[in-house]
Amino acid sequence: MDKIATRDAYGKALLELGRINKDIVVLDADTSASTRTGWFAKEFPERFFNFGIAEANMMGYAAGLSLSGKIPFVSSFAVFGALRTYEVIRTSVCWSNLNVKIVLTHAGISVGEDGPSHQSVEDIGALRVLPNMTIIVPADGIETRKAIFAAVEHKGPVYIRLGRAKFPLLTEADFKIGKARIIEDGKDVTIIACGLMVFEALKAREDLLKEGINVRVVNMPTIKPIDREMLIACAEETKGIVTAEEHSIIGGLGSAVSECLSEYKPTLIKKIGLKDTFGISGTPEELLKKFEIDSDSIKKAVYSMLNGKP
Amino acid sequence: MDIANLKAKAKATRRLIIEMLAEAGSGHPGGSLSCVEIITCLYFHIMRHRPEEPDWPDRDRFILSKGHSCPTLYSALALSGYFDLSHLKTLRKLGSILQGHPDMLTTPGIEVSTGSLGQGFSIAGGMALSARIDKKPSRIYVLLGDGEMQEGQVWEAAMSAAHYRLSNLTAFLDYNRLQIDGRVEDIMAVEPVRLKWESFGWDVAEIDGHNILEIIDACEKAKSSSKPSMIIANTIKGKGVSFMEGKVEWHGVAPTKEEAEKALLEIEI
Ligand SMILES: Cc1ncc(C[n+]2csc(CCOP(=O)(O)OP(=O)(O)O)c2C)c(N)n1
Ligand SMILES: [Mg+2]
Repeated sequence: MDKIATRDAYGKALLELGRINKDIVVLDADTSASTRTGWFAKEFPERFFNFGIAEANMMGYAAGLSLSGKIPFVSSFAVFGALRTYEVIRTSVCWSNLNVKIVLTHAGISVGEDGPSHQSVEDIGALRVLPNMTIIVPADGIETRKAIFAAVEHKGPVYIRLGRAKFPLLTEADFKIGKARIIEDGKDVTIIACGLMVFEALKAREDLLKEGINVRVVNMPTIKPIDREMLIACAEETKGIVTAEEHSIIGGLGSAVSECLSEYKPTLIKKIGLKDTFGISGTPEELLKKFEIDSDSIKKAVYSMLNGKP
Repeated sequence: MDIANLKAKAKATRRLIIEMLAEAGSGHPGGSLSCVEIITCLYFHIMRHRPEEPDWPDRDRFILSKGHSCPTLYSALALSGYFDLSHLKTLRKLGSILQGHPDMLTTPGIEVSTGSLGQGFSIAGGMALSARIDKKPSRIYVLLGDGEMQEGQVWEAAMSAAHYRLSNLTAFLDYNRLQIDGRVEDIMAVEPVRLKWESFGWDVAEIDGHNILEIIDACEKAKSSSKPSMIIANTIKGKGVSFMEGKVEWHGVAPTKEEAEKALLEIEI
């Protein structure tokens, strides 16, 4: 299976966009080599601005640039870009619904060896409560490119959450903000996943099929606004829902799904994600296993759901 | 506008601030009164702007980074014709176009929403950068508080404005020596202020922030600088109302109707 890091796809998408849209400007805070905004900087030095290690100020500058018609892409690592800047995103960007695109890489624990200071598992929860904010977690490089282009078409703040690791390429269908997609159908249980977890969900599905269990896998890249129709359909058509994300089970995809369904179609939901804890150092594979956010854990959740013991 | 007229505008603004705050029953008189001359000069003499066309792309822009002083800005906007003076009486009331802190979505003429200290300064930098990229003639003006200067983001923004040589950016420091909890010097000293800004790569001028000629002169000089400019405006918090002047207690308390009457009598003289 072909693999590409979502941040690489981002770097390439920015280059494409830079060539066709003169309003695109890119801001980074001394992480441009890692976020891949450095590629844009090389081709368009007059439209790239490095702010040094000063994320809050960078976010404010982005707000100012957007007010004069620019489309700023702001990048850093997810922890710093979403959390150090949090109140600036809230007040300078979201309050006035400014057209700022926040694309942060190195999200989740698949960052690996750098450890908890660099593993952002709270960013979705933090940004999800901000009015006007749209949140997208692409499952692979193809979806990342589409999400970046869609973000330019969308007026208002968008957060796109990317990883460091290489992700297998899985998606092909059209991407639309706010729309989830069934990528493998089934009737027993629905697994709703985003980001790297879509791949883990597909792995779990293959194993389960051998055991005669047929699960549906839904790729839900837009966490906000959540695709309510899809959620209600899954709740009606299958026996329960397992959510999977590389984020705390508090505040992220699992919470968004729970909030929606508890109101519109109460359903049994089991959440795979970090269980209210910080990460540790290790390889991405080791960490996903240790914190039980891999295909094995998804399988266990499906079993328990089918046994009626979540 | 000539000096006499600007002085008259400043006086009118002070009256409006007092009336508006007394009517609202809450708000920030001290820091509003200390920046009256600065904002008056900007709106009635220095800035190129069109009240009848607030979105004119080539306009100069003013960002009130110390957003709590919005009564002064609201008065200047109303007196400029961005909206009717009658709105001033609705300040802070439900449904008003004049929110407790500046809101660009509800008030014509407000360039950006502020209220969280330190944030407006970065936004002003972004606007100046944008004008430079597009080779626009716009100048960006921003007003900071001396307490606000304690925010780390202010210094991040100071560094980046110098780094990107934003010579189209002029900042005012409303140096009234007071914040909420007391004297700036006692809460978290900011001196030496001039040296700080100079060492951050800014052109620095120091003026009497209530002297109209000095304000205009400093803004003119800033136009020919190759660096961003900081105008340290020595001011008196509560200026113009004797019982408010230099009194930390008047940071965030509105005058009662009786106090307002007393204040208005003084401003008349
Ligand atoms: C980030 C932030 N922290 C705290 C406050 C609450 N606050 C409002 S005004 C103020 C004091 C401001 O002092 P200064 O900047 O000196 O303003 P001025 O004296 O001109 O009123 C504070 C702490 C705020 N608005 N924003
Ligand atoms: Mg002060």
